[in-house]
Amino acid sequence: MDITGKKLIVKALTEEGVDTVFAYPGGMITDILDELTKAPNIHLVLARHEQALIHEAEGYARATGKTAVCLVTSGPGATNTITGIADAHYDSIPLLVITGQVAKALIGNDAFQEVDIVGMTRNITKYSVTVNDRKELGRRLKMGFHIARTGKPGPVLIDIPKDIQLKNGDPEYPKEVHIRGYKPNESVHIGQLKKGYKLLKSAKRPIIIAGGGVKISKANDLLTQFAKKMNIPVATTIMGKGAFPEDDPLYIGNCGMHGRYAANMAIGNCDVLFSIGTRFNDRITGDLNEFAPKAKIIHVDVDTASISRNVVVDVPVVSDATLALEKLVEWAEEMNTEKWLREIYAWENENPLGMRRDKGMTPQMIMEGINKTFEKAFITTDVGQHQMWATQYIKLTKDREMITSGGLGTMGFGFPAAVGAAIALKEENKDVVCITGDGGFQMNMQEMATAINEGRSNITVCIINNKYLGMVRQFQQVFYGKRYIATDLKTPEGACVPEGSYVPDFVKWAESYGAKGIRVTEEKDIEEALKKAKANKKTPTVIEFVVSSEEIVLPMVKGGTAMTEMILK
Amino acid sequence: MGKVKKRWIALYVENEVGVLAKVSGLFSAKAYNLQSLTVGRTEHDDISRMTISVESDDITFEQIKKQLNRMVEVIKVVDLTDIPIHMKELLFAKIKQIGFEEKAEAYQIAQTFGIQVIDHDRDCVILESTLTERRNDELCVLLRRTFKHIDIVRGGSVAIEGVSTSCR
Ligand SMILES: Cc1ncc(C[n+]2csc(CCOP(=O)(O)OP(=O)(O)O)c2C)c(N)n1
Ligand SMILES: [Mg+2]
Repeated sequence: MDITGKKLIVKALTEEGVDTVFAYPGGMITDILDELTKAPNIHLVLARHEQALIHEAEGYARATGKTAVCLVTSGPGATNTITGIADAHYDSIPLLVITGQVAKALIGNDAFQEVDIVGMTRNITKYSVTVNDRKELGRRLKMGFHIARTGKPGPVLIDIPKDIQLKNGDPEYPKEVHIRGYKPNESVHIGQLKKGYKLLKSAKRPIIIAGGGVKISKANDLLTQFAKKMNIPVATTIMGKGAFPEDDPLYIGNCGMHGRYAANMAIGNCDVLFSIGTRFNDRITGDLNEFAPKAKIIHVDVDTASISRNVVVDVPVVSDATLALEKLVEWAEEMNTEKWLREIYAWENENPLGMRRDKGMTPQMIMEGINKTFEKAFITTDVGQHQMWATQYIKLTKDREMITSGGLGTMGFGFPAAVGAAIALKEENKDVVCITGDGGFQMNMQEMATAINEGRSNITVCIINNKYLGMVRQFQQVFYGKRYIATDLKTPEGACVPEGSYVPDFVKWAESYGAKGIRVTEEKDIEEALKKAKANKKTPTVIEFVVSSEEIVLPMVKGGTAMTEMILK
Repeated sequence: MGKVKKRWIALYVENEVGVLAKVSGLFSAKAYNLQSLTVGRTEHDDISRMTISVESDDITFEQIKKQLNRMVEVIKVVDLTDIPIHMKELLFAKIKQIGFEEKAEAYQIAQTFGIQVIDHDRDCVILESTLTERRNDELCVLLRRTFKHIDIVRGGSVAIEGVSTSCR
């Protein structure tokens, strides 16, 4: 018997095992929502803004490893998702975004809330399509799920006109789908990999750079085995942080713009660089001519288009990280890298990470407090100085993982991503810590309502309040002669409240949602506040850490210059 | 880097709404230098074939092929740059406001280039050419030099891989 499109949509979700849908209503999805009232096994999360909704789905997808499903209406509902979708695309997060669309007969008429969302998202999705025919609906949805999670994961957008939602048609949701133009790489070229391995083995000063692809492929353990068996030092990109245990002596830190001095020096001086799961973007390479100038480069990536795009590679290997590392672990033989490691440790001793401790509470102290208090936690960050401090000082272990907006650098990501993760980790009630800036938090703080309504008491928000858009201020401080413009968030003369104060009062603000608010201004209170937050099993907790505006992220590299020319003080 | 030169690609794509926009959008989004793009159906109703020419160096061209390949709607990418192909471009030239002598010259040009005069009026003729893009370029130069009032319409090249020829 034929069924309506909306019934088939819900059937698809059920058969795909979807138990959570992030949704925000509107005219063009009310029918689908109504159908969802008949699917009690699907939990609906009502966000407060569609951009945040997508970030919540991103947090959820990262925390579960599953494809997160989003449902929004046409027009403004759809356009509000764009930043989030671009973020997910950049950081390879599997999402299925369903947008309602005006009825087919109205498309092109400038109908109320009609936008060409497929056109707008074409190059920020892995795949986006309008379902033009009820006959295609099942196949398109199946394609969406398949494409989102296979190969290099990413967001897929399926735009469904209202009439298709209501039209009767085939009741079957396909069990599988064949897409002739879509061939994610599912094997590894052994000859090529062997060539890479031999090159690596021949090195005197080898180094491994691990990117986010390793984590996405769940190859952390394999990478660890491989590097340890071979005694090769490992640096990570920001997205790759956590792919290798940070307490291991072979770990030399993050590389790149705000990476560790030793890691960047090691890359600048290595003779063979083995990189896996990174796209070598400009934050990692700096001046391309000066990047690993002495090295032969082996590059393993699942995406052919990421190889030899930015950096010319000697041995390209198209492969998923797990597949490649399985083989590499098999082949791995011990190497003598002692002398090379000593050189790297000398660089580390020359310029270790660390902030001055004589000037009150520093962000470093806060990060150390989080390390100490939250042994097991899922951490999210927003974008800015606090993010860099988190990537520098938060120690990732088996039980402590972290996600951040690496590719797009989306302010406003951190808090909703934490809410999404907290929803995903509801059963185990794992602590979720959001490290955010006073600027970025204000971009999506309305999601506190979502957190409260979802009963998510396992969230601790740590606002690093430096009263500035700190990262931009840092640039003004260092490169623009301290001419500060558009970065001071304190109230100016002529504001409605006294000059030099700060709005909102984050503590009162938190309380107005029924959450717990704590303000910390001194080092001695850091740990107690964090402990209180952890112990609070009733509501989310917001801790505002009031820190100096002057602290800058060091070391740093000026955009477009060599990574070995770091500004250290 | 390899030198910047003109390169050709044949692209098999799903014959669906939005695919042309997606392919052409890639070229603008990534600032690739697209020179010409033609599209038409193939022997299969649901597959279209595009003939694309770009001007780029080796590295960029590799990227372009990879980026095209990873589009879900792209079924196959064929690099035509260095293989034997047959390639032609359709061109119409309307030569207007001409007298008897100029008309005779138009007929002579047509004869020399081996192309057709397909329409004719008192003071006007239309030429139709299916030469290679380069020959058409030369034809255009000549026409512009010879006549004052001309309309030129060019279709962009289409190409197919050769079977027993080594010509291009
Ligand atoms: C949506 C968006 N707008 C602007 C920027 C540019 N930007 C990067 S960091 C930053 C400042 C962030 O300030 P805050 O959240 O207070 O963090 P802080 O750097 O002070 O730790 C800005 C404006 C961005 N990354 N994202
Ligand atoms: Mg700030």
